[in-house]
Amino acid sequence: MKKFLIALLFAPLVALANTGVHLDSWPGSVGDKPALQNGAKLFVNYCLNCHGASYFRYNKLMELGLTEQQVKENLMFTTDKIGEQMRVAARSDEQKLWFGAAPPDLTIIARARASADGSGADWLYTYLRSFYRDDTRPTGWNNVVFDKVAMPHVLNALQGQQIAHFAEKKDAEGNVSKHFEKFEIATPGTMSAAEYDKTVSDLVGFLVWMAEPQQEFRQKLGFGVLAFLAVLFVFAYALKKEYWKDIH
Amino acid sequence: MAAGNFEKYKSDGSLAGNALEWVDARFPATSLWKGHLSEYYAPKNFNFWYFFGSLALLVLVIQIVTGIFLVMHYKPDAALNANGVPVAFASVEYIMRDVPGGWLIRYMHSTGASAFFIVVYLHMFRGLLYGSYRKPRELTWLFGVGIFLCLMGEAFFGYLLPWGQMSFWGAQVIVNLFGAIPLIGNDLSLIIRGDFVVGDATLNRFFSFHVIAFPLVLLGLVAAHVLALHETGSNNPDGVEIKALKDEHGIPLDGIPFHPYYTVKDIVGVVVFLMAFSAVMFFAPEGGGYFLEYNNFFPADPLKTPPHIAPVWYFTPYYSVLRAMVWNFFGLEAKFWGVVGMGASVVIFAFLPWLDRSPVKSIRYRGPIYKTLLSLFVVCFVVLGYLGTQPPSPLYQLLSQICTVYYFAFFLAMPWWSRMDKFKPVPERVTK
Repeated sequence: MKKFLIALLFAPLVALANTGVHLDSWPGSVGDKPALQNGAKLFVNYCLNCHGASYFRYNKLMELGLTEQQVKENLMFTTDKIGEQMRVAARSDEQKLWFGAAPPDLTIIARARASADGSGADWLYTYLRSFYRDDTRPTGWNNVVFDKVAMPHVLNALQGQQIAHFAEKKDAEGNVSKHFEKFEIATPGTMSAAEYDKTVSDLVGFLVWMAEPQQEFRQKLGFGVLAFLAVLFVFAYALKKEYWKDIH
Repeated sequence: MAAGNFEKYKSDGSLAGNALEWVDARFPATSLWKGHLSEYYAPKNFNFWYFFGSLALLVLVIQIVTGIFLVMHYKPDAALNANGVPVAFASVEYIMRDVPGGWLIRYMHSTGASAFFIVVYLHMFRGLLYGSYRKPRELTWLFGVGIFLCLMGEAFFGYLLPWGQMSFWGAQVIVNLFGAIPLIGNDLSLIIRGDFVVGDATLNRFFSFHVIAFPLVLLGLVAAHVLALHETGSNNPDGVEIKALKDEHGIPLDGIPFHPYYTVKDIVGVVVFLMAFSAVMFFAPEGGGYFLEYNNFFPADPLKTPPHIAPVWYFTPYYSVLRAMVWNFFGLEAKFWGVVGMGASVVIFAFLPWLDRSPVKSIRYRGPIYKTLLSLFVVCFVVLGYLGTQPPSPLYQLLSQICTVYYFAFFLAMPWWSRMDKFKPVPERVTK
């Protein structure tokens, strides 16, 4: 018996290969309402021009502590119906011609980008801080986390323009590969590095929240259900004991 | 015991009594109740491992009930909607967001799929521990293997429905495997897909299989599994036939009525199970990327092949067996032998009743050979499962080949090694 359990426990640890770029862990939380409101503002201003969030309705934003009036006046630019989904006017087939790839819908991007390397939030938080100038790319931008990305750095006015330094490594067979070393700000933006990190963190927070707006309620309900089951267990166990007391 | 000749119900003159007498004269109400519950005698020494049969039934009910509600809002349509997203994919997000309580129903169903396999694997392992498949329960075991095969089909068809990247490419890979069968392969995979590529026709037929055909067969097999079990009576951790020793009323000395004893006991098991189930469903519904694969949150894109396609965790042991086959034999390509190996690794369970020649049923009275080989089998199964989730590498390939060889050797050599062990004497009555 014990042998099986030990085997079951350790088998998945046989080899945990970690591949890909190192991801910085996202410092925010989905419980931070002011940060989520800021993230929503950033999202509708910077993302929602090319990317849609077509499963998400504007009236959900009221769950962030905003009134219908506030949402309508500050966050809705393309519709006046609060129950409308976050759509963009650009058609994805046209966008494909412009960028080479259609910008993905962002409603559940924070869930889709999760991997063994880190959560979706970690990926997005690192990605949005890892754009660098690359004149070989059609947009003039590249990204360390997502090589040859079609998206330009839309937040560059805030962050400034980074250049990336790579080290060349030769392996035993003489193949040369590039390894990212560090960023350097070539043209400063309107924000300091710390301010920019906080801004990205807020934006990522909104994306995480939007991917599953009921996630906090889900956990609350979970505690309730587990508490109920714990009580039910006491009674179920007592009932079993009572019935079985004569069975030897 | 089951379907015995129980006396028809005689009314005590009350209205309810008269009604029951009327029903019982026309329908075997009393004999079903008594034969399968209140006078079905089960061994009194069931342990932890005996919870998983009733739990499997519970998960089946969860899946059917949640499935009924999901079908009300899900749309099996691969066409793109106005936002450029496949309708099927968008309808799942619609359920998650706009249908009241839809997220809960959907998480119950997605968690239930994995829970089903966990419970069924443990239920099958119980059979291996205590020799539950041995004479006279071969048919119960065969129906069980049928249920397992049916469950795999059900899971495979269901996994296409969310129409995410993994749904699409997983189905693509698996259906293409049938193409490796000589002569009929290409036509066969064409029939399964209903098209030359996985597309709307595939999605609709998989939907039909998932919600009608396979659940019907599954329910029939479950009924047959339980009926066959109640005909022979349950095995137990000692592997002793309790029917061998009966009291003057013909009741097994070590038997207790299933109801109320095991119904109240199983309720405890159900509550504990639901706690584990809820812990996953409410706090980690993605199951770390194993229950809901992350890549499946991207809608299916036939033009974008994911770098790494892994089936859901419950299929990965067999997928590893498939990938372990890299040699061409008899002029047939390795892929074909991989498919044969994968199929055989599942179907081989059906032969257990005839492969096992040990004089005792339960591991309690078997010797170190069985204990060691069974432990190694579990290790191999888990390692194969893990390797199936990982991208291929030369080391992993070798490891999966070693485990595959052991997997089959365990079964195929069983007629010899199962006889050689050092056995302990089996008691007449069950022990505590």
